[in-house]
Amino acid sequence: MEMRILILGLDGAGKTTILYQLQVGEVVTTIPTIGFNVETVTYKNLKFQVWDLGGQTSIRPYWRCYYSNTDAVIYVVDSSDRDRMGISKSELVAMLEEEELKKAILVVFANKQDMDQAMTPTEVANALGLPALKDRKWQIFKTSATKGTGLDEAMEWLVDALKSRQ
Amino acid sequence: MIKKFDKKDEESGSGSNPFQNLEKSAVLQEARIFNETPINPRRCLHILTKIIYLLNQGEHFGTTEATEAFFAMTRLFQSNDQTLRRMCYLTIKEMANISEDVIIVTSSLTKDMTGKEDVYRGPAIRALCRITDTTMLQAIERYMKQAIVDKVPSVSSSALVSSLHMVKISYDVVKRWVNEAQEAASSDNIMVQYHALGLLYHLRKNDRLAVTKMLNKFTKSGLKSPFAYCMLIRIASKLLDETEGGHDSPLFDFIESCLRNKNEMVVYEAASAIVHMPNCTARELAPAVSVLQLFCSSPKAALRYAAVRTLNKVAMKHPSAVTACNLDLENLITDSNRSIATLAITTLLKTGSESSVDRLMKQISSFVSEISDEFKVVVVQAISALCQKYPRKHSVMMNFLSNMLRDDGGFEYKRAIVDCIISIIEENPESKETGLAHLCEFIEDCEHTVLATKILHLLGKEGPRTPQPSKYIRFIFNRVVLESEAVRAAAVSALAKFGAQNDDLLPSVLVLMQRCMMDSDDEVRDRATFYMNVLQQKQKALNAAYIFNGLSVSIPGLEKSLHQYTLEPSEKAFDMKTVPLATTSITEQKTEISPVATSKLPERLAPSRQDIYQEQLASIPEFQGLGPLFKSSEPVQLTEAETEYVVRCIKHTFTRHMVFQFDCTNTLNDQLLQKVVVQMEPSEAYEVIHYIPAPSLPYSQPGSCYTLVRLPDDDPTAVSCTFSCTMKYLVKDCDPNTGEPDEDGYDDEYVLEDLEVTVADHIQKVLKPNFGAAWEEVGDEFEKEETFALASVRTLEEAVGNIISFLGMQPCERSDKVPENKNSHVLFLAGVFRGGHDTLCRARLALADGVTMQVTVRSTEETIVDIILAAVG
Repeated sequence: MEMRILILGLDGAGKTTILYQLQVGEVVTTIPTIGFNVETVTYKNLKFQVWDLGGQTSIRPYWRCYYSNTDAVIYVVDSSDRDRMGISKSELVAMLEEEELKKAILVVFANKQDMDQAMTPTEVANALGLPALKDRKWQIFKTSATKGTGLDEAMEWLVDALKSRQ
Repeated sequence: MIKKFDKKDEESGSGSNPFQNLEKSAVLQEARIFNETPINPRRCLHILTKIIYLLNQGEHFGTTEATEAFFAMTRLFQSNDQTLRRMCYLTIKEMANISEDVIIVTSSLTKDMTGKEDVYRGPAIRALCRITDTTMLQAIERYMKQAIVDKVPSVSSSALVSSLHMVKISYDVVKRWVNEAQEAASSDNIMVQYHALGLLYHLRKNDRLAVTKMLNKFTKSGLKSPFAYCMLIRIASKLLDETEGGHDSPLFDFIESCLRNKNEMVVYEAASAIVHMPNCTARELAPAVSVLQLFCSSPKAALRYAAVRTLNKVAMKHPSAVTACNLDLENLITDSNRSIATLAITTLLKTGSESSVDRLMKQISSFVSEISDEFKVVVVQAISALCQKYPRKHSVMMNFLSNMLRDDGGFEYKRAIVDCIISIIEENPESKETGLAHLCEFIEDCEHTVLATKILHLLGKEGPRTPQPSKYIRFIFNRVVLESEAVRAAAVSALAKFGAQNDDLLPSVLVLMQRCMMDSDDEVRDRATFYMNVLQQKQKALNAAYIFNGLSVSIPGLEKSLHQYTLEPSEKAFDMKTVPLATTSITEQKTEISPVATSKLPERLAPSRQDIYQEQLASIPEFQGLGPLFKSSEPVQLTEAETEYVVRCIKHTFTRHMVFQFDCTNTLNDQLLQKVVVQMEPSEAYEVIHYIPAPSLPYSQPGSCYTLVRLPDDDPTAVSCTFSCTMKYLVKDCDPNTGEPDEDGYDDEYVLEDLEVTVADHIQKVLKPNFGAAWEEVGDEFEKEETFALASVRTLEEAVGNIISFLGMQPCERSDKVPENKNSHVLFLAGVFRGGHDTLCRARLALADGVTMQVTVRSTEETIVDIILAAVG
């Protein structure tokens, strides 16, 4: 059975880079996503259909068109972008309120950890208000998509979480 | 005929089309499975097919439902099924303008166009360009440039053709891709080369110099693609046409050289281009015609068809050249391809002698029921041309046409027949009654509103003047009983004309009119009530003004004036005289269109040339308060053709003023002219009150300056005047390459030819469909008559032509046509004099030694009668 995963987050957080890191294990040059990219990713013999949706303000309203039948949401945050942490939080909160995503597992990627001014995962989690979440299976990981670090741990946790849910 | 019906039944009857009874709502319901995982490509493909089918059938999709289906479709991008993906591209293109937010697939399409899968790349480019606007285009510009020079031909072609479409919306962006297109133009692939040439041309087509350069380059270097050659030929002949130069140019040599190309397509294109050129000499024509002649006996049907079709089209223009192919055309009469046979016969009809007409008509009757409407129209056009050439054959033709009219056929076909019959009636008075009878029979069972109303109008015009007008009443009143609103309204108008013209029919017409006043439709009732009231007055003048001769004002002008009137409420009644007059008389001129015209588009109510001038002049503050524009003359050249500056003048007449518009072009590329005015010195008491300069005249960009003149108030008879004209301006020398002007300039002047204002500039043509009635309406209060001897005129035609162009009035009742072998003729002219006075002129001409002319003028204003007689004398 193929799992359906959405990668969401503000523009420039690194969603498309993460998608292709997961698919081909390489850093590809990306341009701002107008719309979406969709790829099939295999991890530990599990097949994922991964949708990377563009994060620009004008495109965020379309996220909801792709919510149905989603098993998990990977929410990507630029840990060094302290100014927009509030916007990131409100987008996340609005998304989690959607009925169609009620059962979806949430994995937050505190991305761009290679940057000097990056916030720690705990700081990010607090900024996003994660500890206050109820009825939601979630976890946060520190990642660097360009270095390829942290992605394995996160995916491992996600696979386990998805398996245990079944 | 029966055979054809069967065929139609077959097409519409049985259930051979699986998509026939699709329900939009059901299909949209089905489209929800796009949201399911995993995707079933086969099923999804089928549903997409249904959606596209519905869209192509013209089914209307609401924005919401379309958007919903579109977003569901985007989910199919997760599948890698090739057919399904390509179907998605098609759906995107079809829905690009119906659904909202289609840009959501931008990234996915960009990925596909740059990906490894070649089958995706071309279609993805095409789909992407359909959903892209100018701002988005810049984001994908880099990929478009790469795609244009891609080594895969389908990718390159797709990018080039898409770019061509994008030129319309983002010219400035696409312009930057010229280098890539240039590179693609040297591709080995014939399609890529053709498409690249197309793009290059469209980027440059507004710059004649650049097009010329491009042509020179490609004609010298040569091309591989025959398609590209055909395009070059078309560009070259367009350029030749525009420059109006002689045929000794290298462009013509190039086209002629293509007659010797290896590829038949190129040879045909070149031959076709040459025979379609205006002013081709027999010597230039000969090689092209001989190529077409050769094609006539080609084993390939397409070539035979192309050749005979082209010969058919130019048969009237170059009869002698086409006659040279007669033998070959005779052979094609029995061609198994009916289209070729039809064209061959009709070509022979156009060029053949009178004696061959009967034989050819017989031949064509034998299979006319087997050919398609389009070719039947060709036959009708040939007959129409023939009737003009051999008027004596009209009874044979009329018979044939009436048979055709009874057959099945579409609108275009029927219209061609009706137009043809009408033009025969107008050419040959003795055919009038038979023709009208055929048309009456036709409207008894006619599904085309346009044709029915047209025929009713004709009946109203011609019927009352036949020996037995009463026989048409039945046909007309049947329309009132049986047809749709528009036809009923036209029938009422036609009836009124019978009542107005024939006193003995009037009581019966009034009874019928009474019944029409009970009609369910407003328009029909209104017309009936109106005519009823006018007819009951039994006054000739009223009949003439309101029944025979309708409004002669410009419809857009009337609309504007009424709008203006409602904006500024006033106690005063609306004055029709303030409305600009219609410049082209609609009905009578239309039938004079040469019968070989290939397409007669339905006339739309486009603003006329004068309406456009009115608008332009009204936007200049100095010209406000001049009142409505009364008349605009044809342009008058004030310079020789090949001079430094080209100036032509259009004379605009207003109630008390004239505005002279000088369209000037500077043909010197090393000069910039500024503050250009044309100074005018009148010979009479005309007073120049204003000059409006053209601020700047760069090389080859036309500009206009204006002079405002007041007409002499105290002497209304001073209608003609000569102006000596001098163009004055400031010259700045400039760099021919960059157009960069020097800082300083100097004043200079240039003497133009004299400009004449004549009586014709004060009179606007107005068509009075019933001249006799108009003559009575104006009355003889201010009638004057004088006799002149036109010693220098040799024929009646010449005299008629001279009077018409001199007075600038509209000939009515087709009196501009002088019947053959007559030595006397009466010409009827109608017009409106500046200030809104109806003016009519009757000229009786007699041919003896020279022509004697007795002119009678009537007008609603006495001075005008004097002015016209003085002008003629």
